Amino acid sequence: MEYVIEMLNIRKVFGNFVANDNITLQLKKGEIHALLGENGAGKSTLMNVLFGLYQPDGGEIRVKGKKVNIANPNVANDLGIGMVHQHFMLVDTFTVTENIILGSEPKKGGQIDIERAEKEVRELSERYGLAVDPKAKIADISVGMQQRVEILKTLYRGADILIFDEPTAVLTPQEIQELIQIMKALVREGKSIILITHKLKEIMEVCDRVTVIRRGKGIGTLNVSETNPNELAALMVGREVHFKTEKQPPKVGKPVLEIEDLVVKDSRGITAVDHLHLTVHAGEIVGIAGVDGNGQTELIEAITGLIKSESGSIRLNGKEIRNLTPRQITETGVGHIPQDRHKHGLVLDFPIGENMVLQTYYKEPYSKRGILNFKAIYDKARQLIQEFDVRTPDEYTKARALSGGNQQKAIIGREVDRDPDLLIAAQPTRGLDVGAIEFIHKRLIEQRDKGKAVLLVSFELDEIMNVSDRIAVIYEGKIVAIVDPKETTEQELGLLMAGSKRKEAGVSS
Amino acid sequence: MNENRLTNILVPVFAVILGIIAGAIVMLVSGYDPIAGYSALLYGAFGDRYYIGETIRQVTPYILAGLAVAFAFRTGLFNIGVEGQLIVGWLAAVWVGVSFELPKVIHLPLAIVAAALAGALWGFIPGFLKARFRVHEVIVTIMMNYIALYVSNAVIRSVLSDQGFKSEKIHPSASLRSEFLQSLTDYSTLHYGIIISLIAAVVMWFLLEKTTTGYELRAVGFNQHASHYAGMNVNRNIILAMVISGAFAGIAGAMEGLGTFENVSVKAGFTGVGFDGIAVALLGGNNAFGIILAAILFGALKVGALEMPSAADVPTELVDIVIALIIFFVASSYLIRLVLTRFKKEGK
Repeated sequence: MEYVIEMLNIRKVFGNFVANDNITLQLKKGEIHALLGENGAGKSTLMNVLFGLYQPDGGEIRVKGKKVNIANPNVANDLGIGMVHQHFMLVDTFTVTENIILGSEPKKGGQIDIERAEKEVRELSERYGLAVDPKAKIADISVGMQQRVEILKTLYRGADILIFDEPTAVLTPQEIQELIQIMKALVREGKSIILITHKLKEIMEVCDRVTVIRRGKGIGTLNVSETNPNELAALMVGREVHFKTEKQPPKVGKPVLEIEDLVVKDSRGITAVDHLHLTVHAGEIVGIAGVDGNGQTELIEAITGLIKSESGSIRLNGKEIRNLTPRQITETGVGHIPQDRHKHGLVLDFPIGENMVLQTYYKEPYSKRGILNFKAIYDKARQLIQEFDVRTPDEYTKARALSGGNQQKAIIGREVDRDPDLLIAAQPTRGLDVGAIEFIHKRLIEQRDKGKAVLLVSFELDEIMNVSDRIAVIYEGKIVAIVDPKETTEQELGLLMAGSKRKEAGVSS
Repeated sequence: MNENRLTNILVPVFAVILGIIAGAIVMLVSGYDPIAGYSALLYGAFGDRYYIGETIRQVTPYILAGLAVAFAFRTGLFNIGVEGQLIVGWLAAVWVGVSFELPKVIHLPLAIVAAALAGALWGFIPGFLKARFRVHEVIVTIMMNYIALYVSNAVIRSVLSDQGFKSEKIHPSASLRSEFLQSLTDYSTLHYGIIISLIAAVVMWFLLEKTTTGYELRAVGFNQHASHYAGMNVNRNIILAMVISGAFAGIAGAMEGLGTFENVSVKAGFTGVGFDGIAVALLGGNNAFGIILAAILFGALKVGALEMPSAADVPTELVDIVIALIIFFVASSYLIRLVLTRFKKEGK
């Protein structure tokens, strides 16, 4: 069998941290090969080695049977290796063609031959069924289209081997289907693909073989036709994974959060939350289902005091907290796992330890009379890192250096540890792998079982259906229905979320 | 982690070395002897007790100006107004120094506090405008420099003198001058200010690294959104950062007014100390200890340069060129970092 790429016993070490420990990956010509692993397992490191961004400390790389030394990405390009990055590297104000030719512009008499370039881009686009308009501006096209431009960029540079770094993380379900078709078209034309992912469904659907790595170690390579999601999940995480989180029936107590007639305007002054009513009781998880942009963000920011609301009432355990400061609200007993962990959740340039006391640094034992007690801070951090399985070299590492899943675990650890009466979780599992998702769901249910109220906002219906005890559907700033997850279907929820079906709702149950 | 720290120390050191080499080339090209020039510079900075005294005296305001810039920078603000804050601090210190006659234990601290308050006020205004109206602090602080310069000149002319060019000499009870230090250094102008500036460096380090206030200031500097989320008052912290930064700069002015000159005179232009403070902070990596080292270098260059025209015929302008080259190489530290990592890799 001919391999186009062979990475044999690759080892990469950062300081004392072994990111890749003797990993072997062999890519056949014309196959889609998945690279599966949890966040922080070493997938990106391995691919950066292949792309020439990192130099391996051990092992060797062969391209079409020949041993190569990939000193930098230019060498990778020359070898026909192209990378479709997760975060697009595009100039917003340039056209599709301008972006594609950037760095290897065709010239005619000292000028860029834009017409020839456009023709070439159009041809490539048609050949692989990408349907990209070469003259469109990047700023004007959808995220899915921008990704295709990234694909075209690699093809234009003559790549035969394409690396896709978690390509579906930013796409809508429909765009994902289209991407899958594109990938199939690419392999039909003789390209070979490495797909970095932690989504099992995609692997089962599109890949031929899969290489699993766990905590920097290569676990093995399997034929997709001979495996199943459960086996893959177990290999990836190192234990059995339950997709459906087990939970007892809720023991619902008194109301903890009572929202009445709440009106919130967004940053442009448009009413985002429109006379909304919602009650969350002790011992239950209320999931807010809705299409992005129907007032979820504003609702949460108003409850937590990040933005001011216009009118209405928000009571926590009977105490009015509307338009108090974030600190007053935090001290009343609200924990908040924010939607955007980089913007709100963490100070990325602080050590992970200092991030663990972001809301409590001014209290004993973390400080006394204004002087910080670093021993107490880092003791706490160590405890939370252990308890919440945050994988980090140590507690002094900057939060920026951690993978997304581990950053999220750190935030959840911090919020849960304060033992708030109301825990608000906004998109708590976005971009995380199955192991981390399971872990986070368990923690949310644990809080519920301890008699706390949990408010979950998510755009993933699976998550809402799986975790919530009650589902509140939000549409245009109003709760349009409250349904029992056991008695509803995704179809019904979908219709409610689209606003096409209204139920009498809003009053607390 | 340790490797990083090593790089952080090596980068400014290499920047200085490269600056000196580039300065030597400039001297060669202009037809001067770089070895004689640098020898004169070195002698003029550390050659005997008098020169050492003068160098330390020059280092004093540099440390404080560097601390002022660094403090703001660590909290995410760019304080270009250190020069103006220094000028009003100088004015306030001398004003208190000439207006009262008090026991030294009260008078001297009072004059220094007045300088700190004046600098703090000059920092508060841009801080407040930033916090309240999101006006960029760079613009406001630059303009505040001019206001400080001309307000100070007007006050000296019409209040502190009778249309003269300088104030009276301050009362000895407000002076930082020290006969002991002067006799130790062959009657240089060295004064007690160096002790104050070293204490200030410790204060800055302690405040930023060890207190809850410093924790908030650093958090706001790195990420305002997360600080807001965590319940910190972002606007209050922005103002506080500028106030503290301004206070450091004001004290730097007091060093000149109470120690070096013992008066304040009408200025045709800026002293330059506040602007050099930006370079000191940059070279010192915005770290209190690093700033002390960087201030020593700048003080030595500044004082040693005075010896270069007479001993080696090199014009003082060349020293300014060397200083500029050093700053250039620090600012392009990325390049040095790149070379260093390349070397490290090959060493492996």
